[in-house]
Amino acid sequence: MDIVMPNGLDPDPTPVIRARNLDLTFQTGDGPVRALSDVTLDIGKGDFVSFIGPSGCGKTTLLRVIADLEQPTGGSITVNGVSPEQARLKRAYGYVFQAAGLYPWRTIARNVALPLEIMGYSKAEQRDRVARTLDLVNLTGFENKFPWQLSGGMQQRASIARALAFDADILLMDEPFGALDEIVRDHLNEQLLQLWARTTKTIAFVTHSIPEAVYLSTKIVVMSPRPGRVTDVIDSTLPRERPLDIRETPEFLEIAHRVREGLRAGHSYEDV
Amino acid sequence: MNGRSLSKLQSALAVAVGVLGLLGLVLPRSAETGLSDTPFLTTFAVLAVFSLRRFRYPLPVFFDGCLTLAAGIALPMSLVVIDKGAVGFWSLTAAGWLSAWLFVERLTASGRGGRWASLAVPVLFGVTLLVLWEVVTRGLNVPQVLLPPPSAIGARFAASLPILWADFQQTFLKSVLIGYALGCGSAFLVAILIDRSPFLQRGLLPVGNLISALPIIGIAPIMVMWFGFDWPSKAAVVVVMTFFPMLVNTVAGLAEAGRMERDLMRTYAAGYWQTLVKLRLPAAAPFIFNALKINSTLALIGAIVAEFFGTPIVGMGFRISTEVGRMNVDMVWAEIAVAAMAGSAFFGAVALIERAVTFWHPSNRA
Repeated sequence: MDIVMPNGLDPDPTPVIRARNLDLTFQTGDGPVRALSDVTLDIGKGDFVSFIGPSGCGKTTLLRVIADLEQPTGGSITVNGVSPEQARLKRAYGYVFQAAGLYPWRTIARNVALPLEIMGYSKAEQRDRVARTLDLVNLTGFENKFPWQLSGGMQQRASIARALAFDADILLMDEPFGALDEIVRDHLNEQLLQLWARTTKTIAFVTHSIPEAVYLSTKIVVMSPRPGRVTDVIDSTLPRERPLDIRETPEFLEIAHRVREGLRAGHSYEDV
Repeated sequence: MNGRSLSKLQSALAVAVGVLGLLGLVLPRSAETGLSDTPFLTTFAVLAVFSLRRFRYPLPVFFDGCLTLAAGIALPMSLVVIDKGAVGFWSLTAAGWLSAWLFVERLTASGRGGRWASLAVPVLFGVTLLVLWEVVTRGLNVPQVLLPPPSAIGARFAASLPILWADFQQTFLKSVLIGYALGCGSAFLVAILIDRSPFLQRGLLPVGNLISALPIIGIAPIMVMWFGFDWPSKAAVVVVMTFFPMLVNTVAGLAEAGRMERDLMRTYAAGYWQTLVKLRLPAAAPFIFNALKINSTLALIGAIVAEFFGTPIVGMGFRISTEVGRMNVDMVWAEIAVAAMAGSAFFGAVALIERAVTFWHPSNRA
């Protein structure tokens, strides 16, 4: 998996996401807060990239900048070779938030159909895609339930289905399993990997769990706070095919150790 | 509780019913006539005394229902026979009231009957109130001007149906409904405009606030001068009254959609109108329906009061103000009954639509 980069040259001339010296300073009532500082990063097509770090390290902000939900105050970023705004207007990504954020007045099927309605898909196409994506996340049979009739894990799966329903080739996920318990989380991690293997999407995934980051990713971006910056980028040596018990192999533990070292180097364990 | 054993309150009520029944049996029930003149009353008194047996052999809820029914028949019927109530009569009135209470208590406690019980309790409550009202006003010879008995109001209601219908048409179907639709509709549109423009928000919200603070008795004569004596001036008053609650609630409701839900729409590159229709208006619906419910009663009050300040010779407010001057209080009460029924039906209809539209809201989830 490791790609040698002679002379620091980019191995992939057209990365899906390409950030150079990205800066973002929020103006708050208590003065400016530097959320991102000099972030340089490439994410290649088909990568599963995790952003990990303590709270306040800017990992969510970075994801929001990629999604054009925040504007950087310095540096440059391109998504699919264009600006994040153009990428957003071209509907280049599906965003999965920390909470499912399903609309309670819509059934599961109609929630998944929401982006399709907005993007003007035909009725037949909508039906077809809703059925297919609900099948992908194992929610077939729950089409006519309302979100509040489902468990938290099922709601989050429905929100992933909603992000998959249209053909965005980038999936941005902001701690999507953060509010779920460990058992449900394991299960969804496994399902997410299978889904990624089937769809060949590029996934950017924010988490604060080291095992989750190592288990899922082909590339782990370690970030540290005050100001938010990238301290290490680790390319995973794990095979793409990952059963849950890979988490007990020495290789896995070795990568987890490197992540922890990266967090320590970024002073992430101080003052917490 | 198995429905047979009684709670403390129920036991106390049962004892009171029996004792008052006994008093009613032995004390004179009428000032002028003897026992034989009030067979209904005697029957009820005997039944009430008999109900004391429940402390040896439990009696079913059904028995309390029969007892309440007997009181409901006996008390008003006996008023035809006796001119003025006496001690025994009043103790039986109390017994009848308490037996109704006991019946309702046991009916709700037993939890049986489901939808029937939930319908029966308020109906029973209302009927008990009407019977007591009837018995007290006639038994104590309360002057008609102070409080006519319900039977007199009912008789007047039945005799003046054409007038009441004409008044209802004028006040409710014209002033109220048209004013309500215009007031709520325009406030809704203005709220959407305000939401798009901070300038309007700063300018229009205080003006709306000011208008809502204007006293209705001040606006009504002015509206009569502007729009004439007929219903348009009343509809205008209703517009003024309903505008502000609808505006404020809709503006608040439009701010209700969460940041995440809006960000989601943004990632879909949804336009303003798509976000409005698919996210913000549904999220605002509980607020909007709150205003629609408040306004359904405000509109009726506004239209009736506005008619006190100049109107053609028809309308509920006009009728109330003129009939009160003629001491025809039963007609006033008949109009009040029409207003109460129309107001409740209007509110109920809006509430029903609300339940259908905002079924997803936590307060409505089944």
